[in-house]
Amino acid sequence: MLYFTRWKAMAIVLTALVVCLFAFPNFISEKTVQSWPKWAQRHVVLGLDLQGGSHILLAVDTAAVRKEKLESLRDDVRRVLRDARVGYTGLVVRGNSVEVRVREANQVETALAKLRELSQPLGGFLGTTGQRSLDVGNDGNLIRLTVTDPAIVERVRQAVEQSIQIIERRINELGTVEPLIQRQGTDRILVQVPGLQDPTRLKELLGKTAKLDFRMVDVNVTAEQALQGRLPPEDEVLYGTGNESKVPYVVEKRILVSGGDLTDAQPGFDPRTSEPIVSFRFNTSGARKFAEITQQNVGKPFAIILDNQVISAPVIREPILGGSGQISGHFTVQSANDLAILLRAGALPAPLTIIEERTVGPGLGQDSISKGKTSSYVGAAMVIVFMLATYGLFGLFANIAVAINVAMIFGVLSLLNATLTLPGIAGIVLTVGIAVDSNVLIYERIREEVRAGRTPINAIDAGFTRALATILDSNITTFIAAAVLFYIGTGPVRGFAVTLGIGIITTVFTAFTLTRLIVATWVRWRRPQRVPI
Amino acid sequence: MRLLRIVPDNTTFDFMRFRRISFPMSALMSILAITLYFTHGLNFGIDFKGGTLVEVQTKAGPADLAKMRSSLNALGLGDVQLQEFGAPDDVLIRVAEQPGGDAAQQAAVAKIRGALGEEVSYRRVEVVGPRVSGELLSYGIIGLMLAILCILVYLWFRFEWQFALGAMIANVHDLVLTMGFMSLSGVDFDLTSIAALLTILGYSLNDTVVIYDRIREMLRRYKRMPMPDLLNASVNQTLSRSVITHVTVSLALLALLLFGGQAIHSFTATMMFGVVLVGTYTSVFIASPILIYLGVGTGRDSLTASARDEKERP
Repeated sequence: MLYFTRWKAMAIVLTALVVCLFAFPNFISEKTVQSWPKWAQRHVVLGLDLQGGSHILLAVDTAAVRKEKLESLRDDVRRVLRDARVGYTGLVVRGNSVEVRVREANQVETALAKLRELSQPLGGFLGTTGQRSLDVGNDGNLIRLTVTDPAIVERVRQAVEQSIQIIERRINELGTVEPLIQRQGTDRILVQVPGLQDPTRLKELLGKTAKLDFRMVDVNVTAEQALQGRLPPEDEVLYGTGNESKVPYVVEKRILVSGGDLTDAQPGFDPRTSEPIVSFRFNTSGARKFAEITQQNVGKPFAIILDNQVISAPVIREPILGGSGQISGHFTVQSANDLAILLRAGALPAPLTIIEERTVGPGLGQDSISKGKTSSYVGAAMVIVFMLATYGLFGLFANIAVAINVAMIFGVLSLLNATLTLPGIAGIVLTVGIAVDSNVLIYERIREEVRAGRTPINAIDAGFTRALATILDSNITTFIAAAVLFYIGTGPVRGFAVTLGIGIITTVFTAFTLTRLIVATWVRWRRPQRVPI
Repeated sequence: MRLLRIVPDNTTFDFMRFRRISFPMSALMSILAITLYFTHGLNFGIDFKGGTLVEVQTKAGPADLAKMRSSLNALGLGDVQLQEFGAPDDVLIRVAEQPGGDAAQQAAVAKIRGALGEEVSYRRVEVVGPRVSGELLSYGIIGLMLAILCILVYLWFRFEWQFALGAMIANVHDLVLTMGFMSLSGVDFDLTSIAALLTILGYSLNDTVVIYDRIREMLRRYKRMPMPDLLNASVNQTLSRSVITHVTVSLALLALLLFGGQAIHSFTATMMFGVVLVGTYTSVFIASPILIYLGVGTGRDSLTASARDEKERP
């Protein structure tokens, strides 16, 4: 156990040295590190709890996705039956289905055949799963089209993917460093933005669907009449934004031009009133539609609607032919800027809800770092003194081994570009405990072997052999706990599991190699007559 | 230089005899802990209960808790708790989960920000909606169970099934007592607590495994030694290691407890209780003696005799 071949000893020292060296960039200023080659730049990333920032978990509104899917199916059914010249009544959305009653019994088969074409194969390679997007069935004249669950899941998946792209565009406009945006589970998106003072603006940007519509205001009915129940079926009542959230508008349901036709949006100022505005430009088809509408409706008001709220309802003074326009609606400089960002990034396919938020201010992060440092130093100092007092020279060996161990933990963390959190620091402090324990196990075993009457070298050799088996057993059990923590844990708990797990691996490595090598070198050098522990 | 010897060489404490005290004591403590858990309950944090937690620091001098409380209570957010957090200008605000789903929680945060205005800086804002809190709790419980199961299987492979069972009984005992401590001290039970419980589990097992390793070695070496004597010898031989290791772990934890700040205070306090107080006691006084009852090393003449002794003296 105490004999090392020269190349083996060198391999051990080299491994430890290389791993320790990877920790080096953490102690150098970021500027210097950036001039190094890419592979040497790897370093520990501070978690949001240490550097401050926002962690926001968003969920796609699956109910809204379902509703939208059913409504578009209803429109499809209407179109299909009309094209096939099938007379029908009572086309409605009921639960997960669209129902329609065919007037003439002899047309039911035709209708069924046509409607079945709406159902598409789902998933797999070329639809190999055998699942379809719709179940079409009938009960006499009543035809029922049910949206299958896999179809909804597929739609939600698409919605998440689209949302991620749109969120990325929105957040990039904020100019923050290294935001993290990733899918979680089937219907969730995790957004982590470091170093943000106030997440309110971020949340506003994430929480808005940003669905922009241009529709006509119905001037034949006043809002009062509409609210009293005389609302024409092709109209609906929407309210204003901000201070005007109680002001009702009667607008047509028909969308003339939508936000999807925008190519650009920029914040600016109205040259006459110097009020903040958002100016926009349509793409070709949007510009054509907009020109047509404004030509036909000079003198009438139209409504600019964002997420079912009327931003403004200006009167068309003259036809707008250039394909660009502006929105003014009691904006502040910031809200005009945000609206421009939202319009440029596009509308979310479905509303997103914030289901979890954790924000740490930069002050708390700084405090946590300094407290983590203090407690680590104090803990390390106490352990070092205690080990020296208990084992003397061997205590010194143990301290060297533990110090290298900690350096190696940082090395591995850097290599993995891992995130260091406050619980992660706690994990490192606890690893120090485990690392010391491995030394204690070895030394206590050596003490025992000495008492049993072995010669010093024999005792040391036997001590290592017997203790290492125990070290392996005890560390594997702790490692299992760390692994489970890693798999089930989120955020801070994961950080703890990572450092604990890495710490256990480096501890076993140092116990089996470095500590043994240090003691072996000392034995060869001093040829001790008695073991000084 | 004279070296420190906390535990003298060749100790011969009769740990196995002590089981007549330690077993009833542990049973009583466990029952007490379970009763506490059901009557007093755990103080679930927002991770598992949902709700909002805001840590603020007043910009001008110590916080006026009464004033803040009255302005927050006026918002109609239901149960609002305020607590000084580590320093007089640092206040922790907890708001119970709002009815009305995830969006309602965000509305509550906006209201709190509005009420406190610019007089404070926000150090931490955590909002956990009803959907997430339920999942976090079930993940936590599943994780704990899974960890115990994995460790059990490992021990079963590495030792005999009696050892695995003994370790598991010791484990559950540790967890039950620690949760009793959490109930009594009223620390927040959240994700970090699950991490603490798992670490306690790991540490306590680590300790138990070290003693079990020794027991296994003794079983191979001394085929005729009576079981209680063998267990006693094993525990005594590893006693010095147990004590020294626990002193070092306590030192590390003490540093975290004293200088680690409020954010990990409940974590370290729980660890201190679980690792230092319960873990060591369990491996020595519960995990080892229980092997007698589980019939480790059956087939030894002396053991059958001692087992008969046990039956005659209840």
